Amino acid sequence: MSTQTPTQTEESSETDAEADVPSKGDERRDEKRRRAAEERARRQAEEAEKAAADEETIELKVFRYDPEIEGKQEPRFDTFHVPFTKGMTVLDALMYSRDTYDSSLTFRHSCRQAVCGSDAMFVNGGQKLACKTQISDLEEPIRVEPLPHADVRKDLVVDLEHFYDQMEAVEPYFQTNEYPDGELEEQRQTRENREKIKMSTRCIWCSACMSSCNIAAGDNEYLGPAAINKAYRFAMDEREGEDIKQQRLEIIEQEHGVWRCQTQFSCTEVCPKDIPLTEHIQELKREAVKNNLKFW
Amino acid sequence: MSQSYNRGLIEDFSRWREFQAGMWAWIFHKFTGWVLIGYLFTHIAVLSTAIPAANGATMMFQGSETDVFTGTIVSLEGLLLVRILEVGLLAVAVFHMLNGTRLLLVDLGVGLEAQDKSFYASLILTGAITVASVPTFIAGAF
Repeated sequence: MSTQTPTQTEESSETDAEADVPSKGDERRDEKRRRAAEERARRQAEEAEKAAADEETIELKVFRYDPEIEGKQEPRFDTFHVPFTKGMTVLDALMYSRDTYDSSLTFRHSCRQAVCGSDAMFVNGGQKLACKTQISDLEEPIRVEPLPHADVRKDLVVDLEHFYDQMEAVEPYFQTNEYPDGELEEQRQTRENREKIKMSTRCIWCSACMSSCNIAAGDNEYLGPAAINKAYRFAMDEREGEDIKQQRLEIIEQEHGVWRCQTQFSCTEVCPKDIPLTEHIQELKREAVKNNLKFW
Repeated sequence: MSQSYNRGLIEDFSRWREFQAGMWAWIFHKFTGWVLIGYLFTHIAVLSTAIPAANGATMMFQGSETDVFTGTIVSLEGLLLVRILEVGLLAVAVFHMLNGTRLLLVDLGVGLEAQDKSFYASLILTGAITVASVPTFIAGAF
């Protein structure tokens, strides 16, 4: 049903069929498609009417864009009226809109419990995790847009390739040259050290911080808050040993590493997992200075 | 393949209503920094009259022979616009100082949880000092 354009509902599906000789099956499918479109339009009108009468409905304005369909190449906002239920999140409302009104509405989501990090979106002017954002906390109409500072692929889906590249650049995995003696010995971490890196391990790679960062927007090479936080998580892990830490600090203190941070605190404000990102970046800055200061 | 839609940087500035404290602090700090650099040049221009004044250079000011340095300053202070700009300069300098201290604390990792409060505090303090300075700067200007 993705060929449906916002203005001309029926025409488009019919012109599609005229391209070659229509078979009986094609005609039937066209008819079915046309009826489905009518049904959808009717339901949407009904719902809008109900919305006018009933106050327990919320208005959702959703960013729409699809480069592959001619009528949708111009970005626009679609309005959906969704019946409110207690505890409803932005993701729930989006899913209701997709299932009820427009199956072509595209967005990423998976676990629905703020663990997978797929559904970071720009909700009412802030980077939020849609599954963690209560509708009741928001002002209506709720504007849902894809993450800023990332290329939009379709509707609410953005290209995160660059973000993942930056995350990968800090080698986000445990490395060490100091192995315990026994073959089956565990690599134990002290409680204090675990406590130190606790918050930084919470990152779910949702890219909300990267999207909120003004510096990352202007400087494509800047590692970004999430990647630096990842670097912090391993650089501060005492089990990795001094030589690996040195290696990590070299990545961190390069030109487009920690020193690009201007402490705007945007990342810390938007992080859905409450990671003190700026604090970690600042600590790495001090760490980098200490590493290079020589008094002789 | 599908091309993607890039919304561009211009859009950022239309979002100023959604900026948080830290972002405002950054913008104000940049702005006041540039203003202070601009002031530095006018400051040097005025001070540069001191050397010729020490060598005995004079100018005509209000009908009498005055040395260049005093003449320049007194005539500038006579302008209403300069009096008002001086209040602005004080505000800019005070904010830059206070926010600079705040950034110093941030760099040291002190009180990062209260960074928004310290920004508001520096704003309020700047306002108070500016208001308190008005009688001194504007006295006799009108």
